[in-house]
Amino acid sequence: MSATATCHSRRSAAAAEAPAGARRIVLAGNPNVGKSLFFNAFTGLYVDVSNFPGTTVSVSSGRMGDDVVLDTPGIYGVASFNDEETVARDIVMEADVIVNVVDAVHLDRDLFLTQQIIDMGIPVVVALNMLDEAEAQGVLVDAEALSRALGVPVVPTVAPRRQGFDDVRSAVDRAVPGVSDPALQARLTGLLDRVGTRADALLVLEGDPCVSERHGVDATGRRDEIYTDRRRRVNAVVDQVVTQPHRGLDLRTRLGHALMRPLTGIPVLALTLYLMYEIIGVFVAGTVVGFTEGTVMQGYVEPFLRSAIAQVTGTSGVVYELLAGEFGVVTMTLTYVFGLLLPLVVAFYLLLSTLEDSGYLPRIAALSDRLMTTIGLNGRAIVPIILGFGCITMATITTRILGNERERRIATALMAFAIPCSAQLGVIIALASAAGGAVAVAYAAIMVFIFGLIGRVMAKSLPGTSTDLFIDLPPLRLPRPLNVLLKTWHKTVMFLREVIVYFAAGALILSVLRLSGVLEWLQRALTPLTVGWLELPAQASTAFVMGFVRRDFGAAGLYELGLDGTQILVALVTITLFVPCIASVLVITKERGKLFTVFTWLGSVGLAFGVGGVVAKLAGAL
Amino acid sequence: MTLREARRGRRVRIVAIADDTCRAQCVRFGIGEGTVIDSAETLPLGPVLVRHRRQELCLGRRLAGRIRVEEVGG
Repeated sequence: MSATATCHSRRSAAAAEAPAGARRIVLAGNPNVGKSLFFNAFTGLYVDVSNFPGTTVSVSSGRMGDDVVLDTPGIYGVASFNDEETVARDIVMEADVIVNVVDAVHLDRDLFLTQQIIDMGIPVVVALNMLDEAEAQGVLVDAEALSRALGVPVVPTVAPRRQGFDDVRSAVDRAVPGVSDPALQARLTGLLDRVGTRADALLVLEGDPCVSERHGVDATGRRDEIYTDRRRRVNAVVDQVVTQPHRGLDLRTRLGHALMRPLTGIPVLALTLYLMYEIIGVFVAGTVVGFTEGTVMQGYVEPFLRSAIAQVTGTSGVVYELLAGEFGVVTMTLTYVFGLLLPLVVAFYLLLSTLEDSGYLPRIAALSDRLMTTIGLNGRAIVPIILGFGCITMATITTRILGNERERRIATALMAFAIPCSAQLGVIIALASAAGGAVAVAYAAIMVFIFGLIGRVMAKSLPGTSTDLFIDLPPLRLPRPLNVLLKTWHKTVMFLREVIVYFAAGALILSVLRLSGVLEWLQRALTPLTVGWLELPAQASTAFVMGFVRRDFGAAGLYELGLDGTQILVALVTITLFVPCIASVLVITKERGKLFTVFTWLGSVGLAFGVGGVVAKLAGAL
Repeated sequence: MTLREARRGRRVRIVAIADDTCRAQCVRFGIGEGTVIDSAETLPLGPVLVRHRRQELCLGRRLAGRIRVEEVGG
């Protein structure tokens, strides 16, 4: 069960921009009902996507004629159970007209939101979508009867074929508040002088903590009663307008079940992860980044920038060093962000959006739920952890989908400590395969053990309890390319906007460390540890110092040392457990706070050398 | 018995949901106290899978343990 999300008091930025006289038309509906297809058709190309600070939730807005159209995240009802709902709630409450897209196949589920919006007294048009799919499944919906029962215009649509879109557009002018329950409305009227609108009154009555707080009134605990009554009304409507046959499970449903049962689900998951690794870890992180970072950025862009900067500052001064030196704010930031991160981020979001669109992710969450509960997480946490193998930086941001801060801390720490990112994985695999199968198996076994141990310890020691899994399983389907591309584009732009400042700051700090000689001092100070304790060559300390900057730099440094089997095992364990890269540290600080970052950072230094040394001594004794 | 003890593919009637948030979220999906759900099963290694009118939900085992159900014939 997800905990109540924080109350966002801010109003949607996009909504505030609406010019005088323009109506705010809000698209609302359950997840996966095809809302974005309506949005794209209504607004065309000029779309503004704004991210809500502190959430992974984004809201798109565009224009339709003189009116502003806002898309909202998919929700099953208006309340504050999670970030999506908090964001959608405020936009819905400010709407002049709501276009409510409903899925004809799951009408009894979708109409709960419809009826809630009607109870809020906001004018609604219902787009009865997916009629083709309903028909294919033998579900018949009487649109006219539905319109009579709800008291609002109902327009039959098939979104992928844009069928009925014009009718929805023209029906916006005929939107009306619809048929609510007289007794409920009488109670809302009684609250109006205190809270202003029926929408606010309804949410206060339903015990919404955020809306109640906004009006300085106590949240009344009438939710159960109102929800149950609304459900009764919705069921009555569904009984009137829907005829559905009782059928056994179709192939798609059975396939979905197979993905969640270990015997079939685990091999499919393993194959999926392998493919992801091949695409991101091998192709993009290797081939593509080799070109964008090595050839384009370091080959052309950096020399050009250096000479341009040198013309102004000369090449000898501190200013030149800071801007265009080894860790130059201009050169390193641009190379890292556009040469290294951009291709990885694009590939990442392409795969993630594909998985999201197909409906596979919630099934992976179901498959892994039981195992995850042993380390204080639930199945949802598998998503950031899988992503962590690609890039800890991005995966840390996706921990926002987890139920509470306790779970976010556990997941973030697990990734920062024990998950090697794709940048490292390439070098790790190359080194391990050079050392032979026994080393590879020992490495994997040690890492799985440490991962479980950290999870157990954190689950036991962090206060509070983790939330339980509660997810709905959307039907499996083939991803729609346009949807995947649009999502990737929006998320990539947002990611870059968020990280670029942090990268510039990181580069500046590194330059200062290097110019002041601290970096070199560190390199020397580490020598006793690497030689005496880990039994590695002295030059290995350079690898660790570089590991502060980028994890693959660290791993790559080891490649040239000519280590034997035991040394490779020790080096791999140590470098994997070692501190996350600068980019991750910055994002972890932003997401989890300074204290948590310091703890994780120092903890991983200790853990890396501790475990590495123990492995070295044990292997020496054997 | 509780939902997590439901045997694979059985129809069960929900008797009581002890968790407030879960109760509210279930009602949105059409599952309330008294509702007969089409089938329920506890996935090996996983949560409890519930199917109701073409809609499938997954509930963690601990949560499912707080939902009382009774088996119905057929």
